[in-house]
Amino acid sequence: MQQRFPENTLSSGLPASELSCPREIAKRLSYNRREFLRVAAGVAVGSSLMSASPLLHGESTRKKRKIIVITFGGGARDQETFAPEGQHNIPHLLLELAPQSSFFTHVTNRGILGHYVATASLATGVYETLNNFAAVPPDHPTVFEYFRKDLRRPSTDAWVVAPSNGFNRIGESDCRSYGQGLGATVILPKHLLSAANSGSGLNLDHLLRDNYETPLYTPQLKGDEFELRQLEDILRLSVNDFMTHARTLTSPDELSVFIAKRLMQQEAPSLLWITMHDIDVAHSGAYSLYVEGIRRTDRLCAELWQAVQHEPEYAGNTTLFILPDFGRDADYDSGGNGFQHHRTGDVASRTTWMMALGAGVRQGVVYDDPVQSIDLVPSLGAILGFSPGQSQGSPIKELL
Amino acid sequence: MLPDSLQAEQFAGYPPEARKLALAHLPALRRLPLSFLPSLLKQIIDYDFLFPAERSAIEQELAHLSSLSEEQEREWFHPFSSISLPHELENSDWINRPGQFVEQQSAYLWSTHQQDAFRKAATDYGSRLQPLIQPPPLPVRRLGIAVIGQGVDSYDQPLFENLRQHGTYFGRINPSNGLELLLAAVADRAKTHQIPYAHWYVDGGRPAGQFPQLTTISYQMLQPVRDALLRNIQIEIRRPGMGPEELRTHLARLTPGDLDIKNTGDPVLDHFQLKIFTEGSGTQVFSTTFAQWTAREVLRRAQAITLLVRFAPRQRQRPMNELLSDSNEKPELDFIGSLVDADMAAYYHWINQQRLPGSDQSSFLVWFEGRNEALVVAPSLPRGAESSTSIGLDRLLFLALE
Repeated sequence: MQQRFPENTLSSGLPASELSCPREIAKRLSYNRREFLRVAAGVAVGSSLMSASPLLHGESTRKKRKIIVITFGGGARDQETFAPEGQHNIPHLLLELAPQSSFFTHVTNRGILGHYVATASLATGVYETLNNFAAVPPDHPTVFEYFRKDLRRPSTDAWVVAPSNGFNRIGESDCRSYGQGLGATVILPKHLLSAANSGSGLNLDHLLRDNYETPLYTPQLKGDEFELRQLEDILRLSVNDFMTHARTLTSPDELSVFIAKRLMQQEAPSLLWITMHDIDVAHSGAYSLYVEGIRRTDRLCAELWQAVQHEPEYAGNTTLFILPDFGRDADYDSGGNGFQHHRTGDVASRTTWMMALGAGVRQGVVYDDPVQSIDLVPSLGAILGFSPGQSQGSPIKELL
Repeated sequence: MLPDSLQAEQFAGYPPEARKLALAHLPALRRLPLSFLPSLLKQIIDYDFLFPAERSAIEQELAHLSSLSEEQEREWFHPFSSISLPHELENSDWINRPGQFVEQQSAYLWSTHQQDAFRKAATDYGSRLQPLIQPPPLPVRRLGIAVIGQGVDSYDQPLFENLRQHGTYFGRINPSNGLELLLAAVADRAKTHQIPYAHWYVDGGRPAGQFPQLTTISYQMLQPVRDALLRNIQIEIRRPGMGPEELRTHLARLTPGDLDIKNTGDPVLDHFQLKIFTEGSGTQVFSTTFAQWTAREVLRRAQAITLLVRFAPRQRQRPMNELLSDSNEKPELDFIGSLVDADMAAYYHWINQQRLPGSDQSSFLVWFEGRNEALVVAPSLPRGAESSTSIGLDRLLFLALE
């Protein structure tokens, strides 16, 4: 029969039972991640360690604290990452970062599974409902606004490095009591590249495409002059130097990490948010490119963590959070086409993981209790000392 | 407008066969909830261009819906009736543009957190309906063949990893005349069991011969269509007000004539080819994606009894530093990347085949073209096994169908 809707009755050879009990699948995903980490990275299960918190809560500590959030995007599945068959794709996460981290095996995203709206939800602590493909601000205050307003921080203290034009409004909401002038400065490396490259005659359409979910369409932004001013005034980079360096890089996410490291050196923001996106090439249907994106993102996460250790402003006082915005569709869900998209809303596409490492975080511990992606903002609030009043998530107790 | 107000004249814009079908079941259509009906109309409006298997399924579905008692209707459709929709959707032209409605409804369901409830309702509906649909009898067991790795000189990583637990791996294949043998066998099946759109050959490059018995589609044959589509998109995205969703709606409305699809005298196939490019993501750019998606759609829609898919190398994705180096060279081919793509695609081929009736008897063969490696999933062969027998592809196929 026509599969107009997803089926749960599959023919022989396929694990139909898996589709009938989403809670069980989520638990199994979580269990697999934990077991794998336990075996491969030698980490412990967290519940027994709950009584002793290593965190320091003094005001002086908070003032020095730096937070970096990396969204491991756009969307990767277990079988290409933390499941045994995916381990070879993430050697850096697994062998370098996981042993230093508190690892949350069961993070659920109950919102809309589009990259901009999901990242906006991560940043506000509310499942946003904005149009994923429109350049609109989130409806609720972002973590950057809470951070800057409550702690009276300057605009130079909160930055977002995001992949594409569609993310240019993620820095601040249009909420009346927060909003304009209180958010993060957003830097769009690909847009910067486009501006620096204007007039060269090069056709960079393929590189500059905005969003792998709609690979044939790129919304245009205005403001080249502003972007070039950012390049020279803030990053202390001439257009020539920027282009020379860009020519040594293989992907937009590499450019994002280059920009992020430059920001750390020049501005040393206390709150830095980096959205990776190379993995989302999966929408093109080429599995090898998707896996290549995962391997690159794995390497870049480790590179950034190494940079943290080498920057005096960051070393020893930085907490790094790494989490995908969501997963991707399961191979067996007939409503999708496996790794290619994240359209079904199935368990595999909604259940991910989070890694926290660095200052104030227990090392080598795995937590299985379910948390939600919107719990990130309240957790950051509890760590840094601001009050995300409109967030609908809860602070993750294991991080406090 | 809600479904209970449907009138016969409102289907005047439907193609003739589709209109006839809708009118024959109008009373049943009137009783369906709005959150459900347009997805059904989306299929009905395409009825004239559907494959026989699809036609049979929708005819049976409508017959069942017409036969439901009031109590059964409540039971089947209560979850859909509980979905709330905005007036704008009610007032849209969902009769003549059901596809657009479904797209907008989907966006609305996600934004109002009703997607999970809708997904469950749809899944439950599928479970109720599926046992009631009688599939066409299979004259022979279903056979899927994937030929991967064209042009790869050497590859030292394990292949078929996802499939190994389901079948037997053969590491000493005699590759002589392998492709010719497989194509001849497929053509033979088509000659013996002559059923329209039951036997397919999909090639990610140029077809390896002409096979009048087979429904054949290739990436190379459809290059003019891809070029026409990309030209069409370039024009559209410059129009004021155009955005990703508007572009998708535009693509959904294209006809074969808009993309210079040659009139093959087979409107069903013409429409199928069109949809491969307008509905498939990446099919326009990568030949491996084209072959994978086409295989999926051939199985899902035409319910092919025989499907041979041969993957060809796709163009290489150029890294950023090359794009910035002012080189206009034609991108070369990515042989290894294409092999990895095709290996995964072969797994999806098997999964999609297993969704069809008779899956417990179906057979699947994947072969690394020109090399010694193959794997067979078949009822007669053990799962998770390896064979060191030296064997030709004709013999292997015989084993697969034994």
